[in-house]
Amino acid sequence: MESILNVQNLSKSFQTGRKELTVLDSVSFEVKKGQTFSIVGPSGSGKTTLLGLCAGLDQSSSGSVELNGIRIDQMSEDERAAIRNQHVGFIFQSFQLIPTLTALENVMVPLELRGQRNPKDQAMELLTKVGLADRHDHYPSQLSGGEQQRVSLARAFSNAPSILFADEPTGNLDDETSEIVEALLFKLNQEHGTTLILVTHDLELAKRTQRTVKIKGGKLVEDILNPNPIV
Amino acid sequence: MTWLFKMAWRDSRRNYKRLLLFTSSIVLGIAALVSIDGFGENLKHDIDKEAGSLLGADLRISTSRTIKPATQSFLDSIAQFGDISKEVSFASMVSFVKTEDTRIVNVRALEGKYPYYGNILTEPASAYAELSQGQHTLLDEQVMKEFDIVLGDSVKVGNLVFVVTGKIKGIPGQTTVQMGVVPSIYIPMQYLDASGLIQFGSRYLRKFYYQYEDEKLADQLKEKYQKQYRPEGLDFDSIASSKRQTSQAFGVMTRFLNLVGFIALLLGCIGVASAVHIYIKGKLQTVAILRCLGIKGDKAFLIYLIQIAGMGLVGSLIGVVLGTFLQTVLPSVLSDFLPIAVSFGISWYSIGKGILLGILISVLFALIPLMNIRNVSPLRTLRVNEEVSEKGLGRWIVFGLIGAFILGFTYLQIGSLIEATFFVLFILFSFIILAAVAWLVMFLVRRIIPSNWSFILRQGFANLHRPNNQTFILVLSIGLGTALIATLFFMRGLLLDQISVAQAGDRPNMIVFDVQTPQKDQLLALTDSMDLPVLQQVPIVTMQLEKVKSMTRKEMMADSTRKDRWALNRENRVTYRDSIINSETIIDGAWVGNYDGNGPVPISLEKDYARAIGASLNDPLVFNVQGVELETVVSSIREIAWNRIQTNFLILFPNNILEQAPQFHVLITRTSSTDQSVAYQRNVVKAFPNVSVVGLEQILSTVDDLIGKISFVINFMALFSILTGLLILIGSVILSRFQRIKESVLLRTLGANRKQVLLINLTEYALLGLIAAFTGILLALVGSYALAVFVFQSPYSIKIVPIIIVLVTIVSLVVLIGLSNSRGILNRPPLEVLRGES
Repeated sequence: MESILNVQNLSKSFQTGRKELTVLDSVSFEVKKGQTFSIVGPSGSGKTTLLGLCAGLDQSSSGSVELNGIRIDQMSEDERAAIRNQHVGFIFQSFQLIPTLTALENVMVPLELRGQRNPKDQAMELLTKVGLADRHDHYPSQLSGGEQQRVSLARAFSNAPSILFADEPTGNLDDETSEIVEALLFKLNQEHGTTLILVTHDLELAKRTQRTVKIKGGKLVEDILNPNPIV
Repeated sequence: MTWLFKMAWRDSRRNYKRLLLFTSSIVLGIAALVSIDGFGENLKHDIDKEAGSLLGADLRISTSRTIKPATQSFLDSIAQFGDISKEVSFASMVSFVKTEDTRIVNVRALEGKYPYYGNILTEPASAYAELSQGQHTLLDEQVMKEFDIVLGDSVKVGNLVFVVTGKIKGIPGQTTVQMGVVPSIYIPMQYLDASGLIQFGSRYLRKFYYQYEDEKLADQLKEKYQKQYRPEGLDFDSIASSKRQTSQAFGVMTRFLNLVGFIALLLGCIGVASAVHIYIKGKLQTVAILRCLGIKGDKAFLIYLIQIAGMGLVGSLIGVVLGTFLQTVLPSVLSDFLPIAVSFGISWYSIGKGILLGILISVLFALIPLMNIRNVSPLRTLRVNEEVSEKGLGRWIVFGLIGAFILGFTYLQIGSLIEATFFVLFILFSFIILAAVAWLVMFLVRRIIPSNWSFILRQGFANLHRPNNQTFILVLSIGLGTALIATLFFMRGLLLDQISVAQAGDRPNMIVFDVQTPQKDQLLALTDSMDLPVLQQVPIVTMQLEKVKSMTRKEMMADSTRKDRWALNRENRVTYRDSIINSETIIDGAWVGNYDGNGPVPISLEKDYARAIGASLNDPLVFNVQGVELETVVSSIREIAWNRIQTNFLILFPNNILEQAPQFHVLITRTSSTDQSVAYQRNVVKAFPNVSVVGLEQILSTVDDLIGKISFVINFMALFSILTGLLILIGSVILSRFQRIKESVLLRTLGANRKQVLLINLTEYALLGLIAAFTGILLALVGSYALAVFVFQSPYSIKIVPIIIVLVTIVSLVVLIGLSNSRGILNRPPLEVLRGES
């Protein structure tokens, strides 16, 4: 199977006073197209830093990141922005909807950024898929946490990303709502044939992906193929 | 691009109230500029339209000198092309027969059909036309009111008694201020000689008004003869030149007012910058999400730039509407200074300029906080600790653009690069001082609040330096507004004090002038009989400067590059004595009190006059003393303290040379009460109708009235700055409301009662008001000191009462606005507030 994400010897360090703090140390792995992949590890282990680097949100100190066959670690922020818009979708723990836009407008933004004509129909279709068609004109503050995350899901899939990064997607939700959102996440992922990279504390959620890597102290310490993933 | 506008619009929908608050900061500045600009346009238009009535004739020739026969022939000869009217005007005492009160007025004796354009407004309307039909007089409206004079009453002018047949309500080309300083009284010319008011040494002005069929003739005559007759003391004014002069004078006035309005706009812009800073801070997360979704930094920046420009447009539009309304008010605010009634007309040019200026200035001042958007990292969606601030070259380019804009705008208003630079430096200096004070206050409060202070005091003080504090912006805006108003307030007090001080002790407070030699002894006797001291009795000889070193006056006047022509061409009033008096100091050479008859006469010149005529120590000067040439030499240069009621002279002669020259006299005395002063004036005018008496009280009340009128206009303009400051205060109070609500509610949840929360807010706003007002007052003290010492050359003293008045007023206003906003929070239960905000 073709590789969509290729990470080689990726490191990230920060200067704190006179000391250099290494939060990610020579991490290497490869993710195949369409695979579901999770990154687990304790707080402060470097999971979110790894996700940020893989998604092109940040620049590494050394090593390489290849996304869909394109090296993004050498690119400028604006070049990476274009890549994100074309190939990447995001889901965040705190939903990160734009508070001043309605649910529908939030979903439309990535499509509009790509210059797509009549993005409204496609955005409405996605909102229907997440069960929020009738709430399309509501602002984020008028939606519950679960609803906001469903809008976020619709937005993430709106630009038909080849890879979706999810940072603790159910971290701010109760168990029942988490179930609904998880089911929706995997369903949409299957439908769109998207590669899913998931960062989570929730080992049960991680087990539902095809492969899990464990990060500790900035290093990749375990790489497991899960026996019962959702396929 | 369309999408950027769409996003800007979408994003602003939920924030329009906040955005409107930002716009309010520039509304008043734009309103001030549009109203003044529009008013200036209308004024210019009206001056053009009413130019004829400003002069009342096609050509006016005036002189204060005795007219030589050849000059008189010329004046008569140019009347052959049209019609001529004549006027002689001079200051004189008049006595109201009914009450025996006296007053100094400007007597205007008229002959002919003047004014040819415009009307002298009287009550009854026909009074002016019927003036020459008898021993009639027209009296200024204010004077009639002041002395309770009605039509039909009698007024003694010189030796004659006139019947008041009309009340003067308006004179073409004369402002209320001019009329108030020297009120006018009109008499027919045929009674002038019989009045006995024009005697030797009397100061008077002759005016000849001409009307021509061909309107170009006046300018042609002016062009042709002006140069030739200037050395004879003739001044030419045509409609065109009078229009030009009036337009220039009012151009200066509107430009000055514009600058005061511009200060209000600048304050507003600082308000915008500060508000946008807070606004953008709240938008960083949205920008990070957009960045995550793939938007480029420049595009994100453009979304908010469009919002700010839109906000500038809305603010400008509101400002323009308000300014156009204010434009209708300005004529009444400035009415005392206007020579004509100003009409109202919408000035589309001013409106367009106001809108463009509003957008430009809001974008320019919002650029610094806006630039931070370009540096927002998408990583902020994962971690909110990312700091963003533009520290590169871009920041300095924007500062440069702001500086260039302020300088450019000021230059367009003033028209002089040096003066514009000084203005900008002054603004910069004030801003730096105010900003430094704000910074120092925050620094000190952070460092030195004692831990043993009460909780309320500590919280109130801490609010001055905590994140999103209002210290900087309020100290800047309210401080500058206070500085402007307080400077005027202090200066008014200083100027009036200066005159009042002159009344203290044994200083003279009454001056009698135009005393003829035969009247001198009788006047001395009258003064003595009323137990009044003769503090000074000064002989005055008139003479003309003819030569400075080897250059004749005519040669010097022919040099068109020469400045200070007044000094060469004036009719000098000179005295002689053997000593210098206490208002004089010799700064160069030596004073010679008695002329020994050998060589040129040693004289003393006042330092500025010496510089103006280009003379220095030991230079020979020749004077024409009523036909006799007198050779003199500059033996000393003097400095004079002008701010006293006494006679001072630019040229001072020694004894033993002018005693036999034709002369008149001035007497100076001191009265000890208002009653004595009135009685003395009455007796002097009764005995010597040609003599004029001016009391210090009269000067004091005239100056007070004049300063009052000027202060009113400047205060009106400064009000824009103060109001802008208050609007910024209201804006920033509302903007920080959310934060305040959270703090107040948390405090209340933790057990603080309403009173405690109220006291914390009270402490904060009282401190803010106090610091802003105090800094403004400090600036005003520096400003008024500089004005007093360098411009008015008067001693400076600090008065506590005006300072306290300004301080209390400003602090009360700030506290009032600050607390009125927190009232809503205090009256609601904490849970309701928390739910409402979630």
